[in-house]
Amino acid sequence: MTQPRREVLQKLTPVLTKRWLSPDAWKIENYEQLDGYAAVRKALDVHPDDLIALIKDSGLRGRGGAGFPTGLKWSFIPQGDGKPHYLVINADEGEPGTCKDVPLMTYDPHSLIEGAIIAAYAIRASRAFIYIRGEAVHAARRLRHAVNEAYAKGYLGENILGSGFDLDLVIHSGAGAYICGEETALLDSLEGFRGQPRLRPPFPAVAGLYASPTVVNNVGTIASVPYIVLGGAAWWKSMGTEKSAGPMIYSLSGRVKNPGQYECGLGITLRELIELAGGMQEGHELKFWTPGGSSTPLLTADHIDTAMDFEGVAAAGSILGTTAMQIFSDQDCPVYATWRWLEFYHHESCGKCTPCREGNYWMVRTYRRILSGEGTVQDLDTLQDTADNIFGRSFCGLGDGAATPVMSTLKFFRDDYLGYIEGRTAPRLSAKTLVGAH
Amino acid sequence: MSDTTLEFSPAAAPLADKLLAPALEILARYPTGRERSALLPLLHLVQTEDGYVTPGGVAFCAEILRINKAQVGAVATFYTMYKRRPTGDYLISVCTNTLCNVLGGQEVYDGLVEHLGVGHDETTADGSITLEHAECLAACDYAPVVTVNYDYAIDQATPAAAVELAEQLRRGERPTPARGSRICTLKEMQIQLAGFADEREGAVADGRAGAPSLRGVSLAQEHGVAVADFNIDTAIPTTKPARDESAKAVKDPGPNAPAAPAKEGFVAKAAHAVKAVVGKVEERVEHRKAGDVKDPEVRTAEHRNTTASTPATGAAKTGLPESGAAPQNPAESAGVAANQPAGDGKPAGDSSASPAAENPSRKGSDEETK
Repeated sequence: MTQPRREVLQKLTPVLTKRWLSPDAWKIENYEQLDGYAAVRKALDVHPDDLIALIKDSGLRGRGGAGFPTGLKWSFIPQGDGKPHYLVINADEGEPGTCKDVPLMTYDPHSLIEGAIIAAYAIRASRAFIYIRGEAVHAARRLRHAVNEAYAKGYLGENILGSGFDLDLVIHSGAGAYICGEETALLDSLEGFRGQPRLRPPFPAVAGLYASPTVVNNVGTIASVPYIVLGGAAWWKSMGTEKSAGPMIYSLSGRVKNPGQYECGLGITLRELIELAGGMQEGHELKFWTPGGSSTPLLTADHIDTAMDFEGVAAAGSILGTTAMQIFSDQDCPVYATWRWLEFYHHESCGKCTPCREGNYWMVRTYRRILSGEGTVQDLDTLQDTADNIFGRSFCGLGDGAATPVMSTLKFFRDDYLGYIEGRTAPRLSAKTLVGAH
Repeated sequence: MSDTTLEFSPAAAPLADKLLAPALEILARYPTGRERSALLPLLHLVQTEDGYVTPGGVAFCAEILRINKAQVGAVATFYTMYKRRPTGDYLISVCTNTLCNVLGGQEVYDGLVEHLGVGHDETTADGSITLEHAECLAACDYAPVVTVNYDYAIDQATPAAAVELAEQLRRGERPTPARGSRICTLKEMQIQLAGFADEREGAVADGRAGAPSLRGVSLAQEHGVAVADFNIDTAIPTTKPARDESAKAVKDPGPNAPAAPAKEGFVAKAAHAVKAVVGKVEERVEHRKAGDVKDPEVRTAEHRNTTASTPATGAAKTGLPESGAAPQNPAESAGVAANQPAGDGKPAGDSSASPAAENPSRKGSDEETK
């Protein structure tokens, strides 16, 4: 195996992942020895508005996919409005390819709790929830243990560290619905309803949980906060690019030699990341990949030198998303891959918006037909048309997410579709799965 | 239970006998008037007894939250982790989403289907194993992934390894999962999903970090790469005194979670929660006698959908007994009172949420009842 070159290794920025190397960092006494809860002490000594200004200065942007500036989001919370405010942490990690929040919560749960305390103090919330994906049981086990430890040590509860600030933190397990990763669906779910997205505006900052001002942030975003409080905005901006500051955990999976989590400054390229991951697997050549989960338009080998920051990926026609890079080779079929993702979107569509509910239903059937060798050239037009009608016509991003792999594979890999239609490629599915496909 | 005013219908009573204390503890995690937030954990909780959401489980959730069974059913059927048929002791989930799929997850799943003779969401005849194909399980760097009762059981799974795991489970062995806690049964897992700490000695410590999770950070350590200039004493620029009135949070009217859950005994906590709930029930009844009008939930629904007006009193369209012929069971009568027709907090159509601030008429009615 070839070693990554020194200049590429230098791009690693272990910040959020640093404590993962300490096997017992999930215990509070170990966490405290590793700078743990130092940021809370520091933060509670300044005015909340100064904390919001600090986070704004740092350029921190949301790590959950959309990349919204975090400090700005916090500053949208109306202050002095006489209403309770809420902090809700989106730990419903489920975007296909995304696997950075679960290890973070499992190996370093206190960093999330510490970030939550600081964020809640900044937005003046006395109650916070971590909505964790139901299936993430071990992460939830560690988190619940950590919350109990934090209460026992006075980091949560009343009058935290003598500051007069109170915070209750509840770990709330979901129940297996991908849609709840969408922030307004998450809020509905947390209120005890079916997880279906809400029309915006009003945005959660005005009417979120219980119709009160609410900040919803991703795990990675909140876990970044203590480091910014400790190291300062200038230090944070020493990583990443001007508009996309800080480190990011890139999750590499698929046809690379060493899949895993690589934390680097924003703006690294896939070529460099593959080098860090030991190269492609023997006999595999890069063909297509997702920059940030399956809901972001696919990119190809031509995009290997795209800067992986919010601007760079957008310029390439995709979205940075969750930096979940699923890497596929010339031995993987983009049509089959897209079909499998669509089965997923079809299953997870909450059913609220007609384009997403019906469109995915029919697209799945069209894919099955193509993959069974029964497709026609017109099917490609149907797919394009259906995807166009889903995109931008649903309440939330799930519909867009479902349309993007279809549109991007039709754009880049039309010939792979034609292979099934013209009989050059052997069918991948049997015709008996086709009942009702016409 | 004699010291509470909560009584349950015959359908809900068996579960209430066993689960009332933890259920009340769950309710106490959420602000007063927002108890419906407890519904997801409560549905996990009822699965600890029955292994799936039974009609009795639906009734229990509905009665303790004073919502109707259709509202509970709508939620229970939306989420895949609420099972609608009896389940086995062990739920084996195989990820067949794209990435795991192309790396062999489909073969792993197909191998288990053939070996166990069951399909998706089906349970073996001996009641030991329920099989399912799952969507992305958030461990793509370990693909293909297999979980048992949601704990990561096999990384880089092969059909042979999965079949061997299933056989061990059927023989009554409890193999150590790759990166999760020691295996428990699915019913035992539900108590954790309902939000309670794992009480098993050593269970929290189980599960080492796998190499893929640590690849980047190990590589950095190996080659002496670190982020420079991290000084934890870097000052935060300040413009205001640390604490003034504007720094204070407004509290919601909630029962605060016990300050130190780890220290307080379960029974004491439950008793505390029972008192809190009893108080709330009485308060609500008083409220209603005094002519108040709407449940907070109904009000929330109206905020969301201002065109759906709900009658302030009476339940004319439900076919449920009017106040003159209230059901004898207090929980049920509370449920009837709390559930006005068309008051489902989650309208099926577009919910154009209007915050009170933007809707003066609603705001007025809100303030009256504060």
